Amino acid sequence: MSTILDTSREDASKRDWQHILHFDAALLFGLLAISALGLFVLYSSAGGDNQLVARQIVRLGIAFGGMVVVAQLRPQWLQRWTPWLYGLGLTLLIAVLVVGDVGKGAQRWLDLGFVRFQPSEMMKLAVPMMVAWYLSDKRLPPTYPRLLIAGALIVAPVLLIAVQPDLGTSLLIASAGFFVLFLAGLSWKLLGGLGLLATAGAPLLWHFMHDYQRQRVITFLDPEQDPLGTGYHIIQSKIAIGSGGLFGKGWLNGTQAHLEFLPERSTDFIFAVLGEEFGLFGIGVIVVIYSFIIVRSLYIAAQAQDTYGRLLGGSLAMTFFIYFIVNTGMVTGLLPVVGLPLPLVSYGGTSMVTLMAGFGILMSIHTHRKLLAT
Amino acid sequence: MPVRVTIKDYLFESHLFMQRSVQALIFAAVLIAALIGRLVYLQVLAHEHYITLSDDNRIKILPLPPNRGLIFDRNGLILADNLPSYRLELTLEQIHDIDATLDALSRLVNIRDVDRKRFKKLRQRTPVFKPVALRFHLSDDEVARFAINRHRFPGVDIVAGLSRHYPHGPLAVHALGYVGRIDERDLQRIDASDYSGTTHIGKVGIERTYEDVLHGTVGYRQVETNAEGRILRTLVRTPPVPGENLYLTLDAELQSVAEQAFEGKAGAAIAIDPSNGDILAFVSQPTYDPNLFVNGIDTETYQALRDDDEQPLFNRALRGQYPPGSTLKPFVALGGLERGIINEHAHTYCPGFYRLPGKARKYRDWKRSGHGTVELNTAIAQSCDVYFYDLALSMGIDRLHSALSLFGFGERTGIDIIGELPGLLPSRQWKRAARNLPWFPGETLITGIGQGFMLTTPVQLASATATLSEYGRRFKPHIVASTQQYDDIELTPVPVEPLVDTPIEDLHHWTSVITAMREVVHGKRGTARKIGKDSEFEFAGKTGTAQVFGLKQEEKYEADKLAKELHDHSLFIAFAPIDKPRIAVAVVIEHGGSGSAVAAPIARIILDQYLVEKRS
Repeated sequence: MSTILDTSREDASKRDWQHILHFDAALLFGLLAISALGLFVLYSSAGGDNQLVARQIVRLGIAFGGMVVVAQLRPQWLQRWTPWLYGLGLTLLIAVLVVGDVGKGAQRWLDLGFVRFQPSEMMKLAVPMMVAWYLSDKRLPPTYPRLLIAGALIVAPVLLIAVQPDLGTSLLIASAGFFVLFLAGLSWKLLGGLGLLATAGAPLLWHFMHDYQRQRVITFLDPEQDPLGTGYHIIQSKIAIGSGGLFGKGWLNGTQAHLEFLPERSTDFIFAVLGEEFGLFGIGVIVVIYSFIIVRSLYIAAQAQDTYGRLLGGSLAMTFFIYFIVNTGMVTGLLPVVGLPLPLVSYGGTSMVTLMAGFGILMSIHTHRKLLAT
Repeated sequence: MPVRVTIKDYLFESHLFMQRSVQALIFAAVLIAALIGRLVYLQVLAHEHYITLSDDNRIKILPLPPNRGLIFDRNGLILADNLPSYRLELTLEQIHDIDATLDALSRLVNIRDVDRKRFKKLRQRTPVFKPVALRFHLSDDEVARFAINRHRFPGVDIVAGLSRHYPHGPLAVHALGYVGRIDERDLQRIDASDYSGTTHIGKVGIERTYEDVLHGTVGYRQVETNAEGRILRTLVRTPPVPGENLYLTLDAELQSVAEQAFEGKAGAAIAIDPSNGDILAFVSQPTYDPNLFVNGIDTETYQALRDDDEQPLFNRALRGQYPPGSTLKPFVALGGLERGIINEHAHTYCPGFYRLPGKARKYRDWKRSGHGTVELNTAIAQSCDVYFYDLALSMGIDRLHSALSLFGFGERTGIDIIGELPGLLPSRQWKRAARNLPWFPGETLITGIGQGFMLTTPVQLASATATLSEYGRRFKPHIVASTQQYDDIELTPVPVEPLVDTPIEDLHHWTSVITAMREVVHGKRGTARKIGKDSEFEFAGKTGTAQVFGLKQEEKYEADKLAKELHDHSLFIAFAPIDKPRIAVAVVIEHGGSGSAVAAPIARIILDQYLVEKRS
């Protein structure tokens, strides 16, 4: 038996159970490691709120369960249903604008009676799937007209989400779609052109921004300007991380976190708690695990047997990276404050389920390969 | 050109993907490297900076203000204490609508217009993050009513504290003074860090003079707080040291009797123990209630006090400068005796007026018909002006000045109450400097009877009287007898400060003057014989009726026709018992009329209270 397999022959038996359960052990290990470390940090940031930790464990359980379920779905099946999923998502996004519930000042939720549901979450997967589906149909790199259509497929939901307004999610979806295009061979020339266009379009974007979004940008540029208002988050999280030093103040000993100086310390700013209590060393460990997950995911994508799988897998890997880098960049004061959680560590439900479903897709892609004879 | 068929080239696409994946990885690696760089900056390079910020964040130093020392009279009666009181404070930055909050609060606690006004005044000079007091001394009911509605009023707090209280109200207010809120002027003279947490400071009187002793030492609490400023735990606690208690030389009972003896008249009275300079009574009338000032007096009440014709805020005992009038005569007489200018048997004829040699101008005696032939004893007992015109002229201003300065006239006694004025003992040098005029002989005459430029304060007059009674032994008058540490039952006496004694040429001169002063009270023709009649003890005194303005030649003083402020001041000095004096007093009644009629009876009441009532 001769195969084009990623793994060496030595662990053939292991590969067997991985194939049966449609797991990728390496990826699973990385995800579990991050989740476990995340729970430690969350336990600390929750400051004795054990219920919060318990709820996170339940959510992690659901998310991993979701991953397992998605991993069982064959990529070909996913590919077939992609346009329908995308169409449904787009319809729901329009619906949410018309009849959606307002939560935390933004219209994101759709009440289906039995469950409150965020269609934008679904689009985090549906958009890269759709673009990958569309591009994989023809040979790569895509022609300009096809790029234009693919671009439209991305921009439509991104705009719908941006007006909710949910800048973080729309940015994430835009980057998911973008990475499909990039991996499909989007020419650097066009990329450069788009970059210039974006620079030129920034003032226009500014014009359409909500006040609080503008405030975030202003605050990002000069946090000291409003130290007790919007700049407070950034200043306090920088103090938390900076005061952590090389080895941190020790688990449960973060004064910034425990004395409630650090806002959103269990959700978006949990990375600062990590930095404060475990220091540069602790952050290094987390960064290594995240990097491992990203590399492994890209590797899985590269090993995919069809273009759809490759583009989708690669995009999911890079989206995970964007999640990570935007959150950490925000917490360390490198990027504006956009409400994105640190994947698998931040407290919160919906986005984690979507994220793990993405890893389910990656595992599905990896474990449903046909063994091809050479 | 051949038609390109879009068939999938798997190998090419796989290769393209690999290439793009690597590029994406490089992209990710660059960003992660940037992140790591950022973290190295924050956690290694700028670590010290952020550690400091972090500590500043969580550790706050809270001052623990010391309790102010209490003030007791010589018998342990409390004159100034600290009462537990609840005040209502508003932190402005936490309140959105101040007016609405005030209205809502007024339904729970009594908020008068005065409170609103004071609050408005206070909030203008308080930073928004600091609490501003709205009400003081909340009743238990008000505290309870607010407590159950506490949740409705973010930024509003009830603060328990100690508030200065003067249980006897206006009693001895001009000696005690009062405390008030620290203002900018106070901040200039204190070390602000000693007063962190302290809201009040002595403004006048003993409260001000002994501020350092009464205040105590501030303590600190190092606390860990969360971002809202809520205290989580105390790290270090340095307890404050309460201020020391003061025991005064003042006899509150005597003080009270003396104040009542004034019956509302404006004036001052000082009673001193001549043997050590203890101030026994310190009266300045009218008075005011110092409790009004403790938590900020409202404008109307203050204006009413300030604009009152009787000037209740004016400390007459310490700052009132009055011509001593005839009360100066014993001192002048003693000066003349000691300097050999007269002897006690020297006669002077008093026709009712005096003329300078070769001058037409008449210097009148208070008794128009004249006293006839007088010597020292009768001159003092009947207060003959002519005798003293003659004596003064013989002495000349220079010797007069030096004789009187030995009793402390013209300079501050140094009493331990801030704000004393020096009075005025005129001299040639003074007149040259102040008026740029030479000294005229006529001015020597009227100085001899305590008129003209001469001014004394009641404290000065009482101190001089005490010196006379003690045959020249001088002590700095003082009102604080001892201090007491908060945790000590023992009292630490404040040392009595002896001054340079008045020199004695001949003891007999002193006895003669004192005997004459006895005649004032107990003699058949003494000016104060009315008050000496039924006295249980013998005492020495001297009346004084000080003119406020100079009468023209041949003009007659008619009280009925003069405005009140032109009426004569009524003065009296006295001490008792004569052989071993225990009390010396000086009484001044502003525009009271004759010394014998108005001031002397008050002095008698004071002496009686101290020497007779005390015993029984």
